[in-house]
Amino acid sequence: MRRVIPIDPERGIARALLACACLSLLVTAALLLVLLLGTADFLRRVPLLELLLGAAREPAAAGGRPGLLPLAAGTLLVAAAALAVALPAGLLGAVYLSEYAPAAVRRAAAPLLALLAAVPTVVYGYFALRFVTPQLQRVLPGLADGNALSPGIVAGVMILPMVTALTVDALQGVPHGLREAARALGATRAQALLRVVLPAAGAGIAAAVVLAAARALGETMIVAVAAGGEARLTANPLGPVETLAAYIVHAARGEAAPGAVDGQPIFAVGLLLFAGTFGLNLLGHRLRRRGGEAPR
Amino acid sequence: MSGPGPDVRAADRLLRAAGPAVALGGAAALAALLAAAAADACGGRSPGWPPGLARALFGSVSLVGLAGCLAIPVGIGAAVYLEEYAPRNRLTRLIEINIASLAGVPAVVYGLLGLAVFVRALGLGRSLAAGAATLALIVLPAVILSTRAALRDVPPALRDASCALGATRWQTIRHQVLPAALPGTLAGLLLALARALGEAAPLIALGALGALPAPAPGIDGALPALPVRIFDWLSRPESEFLRHAAAAIMVLLVLVLLLSGLAAWMRDRWRVAGSW
Repeated sequence: MRRVIPIDPERGIARALLACACLSLLVTAALLLVLLLGTADFLRRVPLLELLLGAAREPAAAGGRPGLLPLAAGTLLVAAAALAVALPAGLLGAVYLSEYAPAAVRRAAAPLLALLAAVPTVVYGYFALRFVTPQLQRVLPGLADGNALSPGIVAGVMILPMVTALTVDALQGVPHGLREAARALGATRAQALLRVVLPAAGAGIAAAVVLAAARALGETMIVAVAAGGEARLTANPLGPVETLAAYIVHAARGEAAPGAVDGQPIFAVGLLLFAGTFGLNLLGHRLRRRGGEAPR
Repeated sequence: MSGPGPDVRAADRLLRAAGPAVALGGAAALAALLAAAAADACGGRSPGWPPGLARALFGSVSLVGLAGCLAIPVGIGAAVYLEEYAPRNRLTRLIEINIASLAGVPAVVYGLLGLAVFVRALGLGRSLAAGAATLALIVLPAVILSTRAALRDVPPALRDASCALGATRWQTIRHQVLPAALPGTLAGLLLALARALGEAAPLIALGALGALPAPAPGIDGALPALPVRIFDWLSRPESEFLRHAAAAIMVLLVLVLLLSGLAAWMRDRWRVAGSW
């Protein structure tokens, strides 16, 4: 006996699911719109030059207004420190895990990386403030209590799992036949790795570097807690700095009078941060695709 | 047999030693972190439950719970569409690359979106609803990506068999594919929620700190959350507050590590159980 179904539920379900998927496009559009409108609104009251250079050097909470340039400089400084830790350690660790480690070690490494990745960033900020900075001050007497170096190093530890996982993926994407062919021709593991495997995994490794850089540039709470929060145009990692992301947090803290957020260029700063990280992510995922790895 | 030169052997040895060194460094960092927090939390004369911690804990759990309720259905829906329905066309490519890139945008930027849309335009104020909606947007990409990975691991033969028996596409997904992908999906969801539990920056951008002396928590009351309290305590110079922060950090770490440990355990079990 056949039952006649008046409407086709299959098609309705497919449409509803498509709507769920398209919501992410809406989120991106809303982000862009909100940030652009906020920036335009700010520029109507403050000239562009002042947005770039800032109005006063005091921290945002004291009523001053930092410019985009010192914030961008601080961001680059912290990100450079983070990458200086995460890239060498992450790449070496990934090469070891993918090419050298016995299966037992590989299994044991996964939970350790998961643990490092699971720690909330504000907790890492506490770690930078209370442990890493005092330890570094023993070696570097010129290190201020709030500085770029210590949060940078800790941010490097935070992105280490990501660099390692992405690089292991890239290395595992290289066909095994390539390694075997190289070894059969008499290459040692290191030779096969440096001359054959690494070049073949180049795009994937480049993707790992780019995605890690995006993550480092956007790191917020570690810097907000431990970098001192003083926006200045400097390349000195030993002194206090302020980054784009940490500035938004400090400006929104509301230590100044209520409504003070509106006098601050938080949307302009957010626009710069969004454009930078979204762009780097686009580039990174394009590279991953070229490396033969589907984005996850 | 003439072996490779000494420098090549040295390179091999170096690479072999590098991995364990990195792992030891990571483990040492984690141990130092735990030790520092424990020492700070237990130091001083009056170690104890800091004031406001229970409320912040309750706030965090309700924020993340509500955010999960918002993000999980939509995220799973999007993942099912992309994995089971989507044709290979430009719209699909656009959606995919957009989700992957959104996953890398710092959470504090979503806080600005929440401030402009949920707090101001929709008039939700600095409320639990605004905070949860913002957190939902933050975890959405991660939910979609992890659910897709779980769906991809379901063998195609299962779908073919179900369709061959006359099930429609949705019946196949509903009764075969989703149950088979459940452990992997749950693991991904737990990880996403653990991440949301530790987010401070977007809630601060919403104005969570400005709202601290507000009345009792509720769906439209103030917005206390554990990581926000930790940041607040850390930014005050008195050592009393530092101890509060350390105690709150221990609580937050236990919660987050429990959630992600559970996720890892589920993923592991499912690997074994899922060998078809």
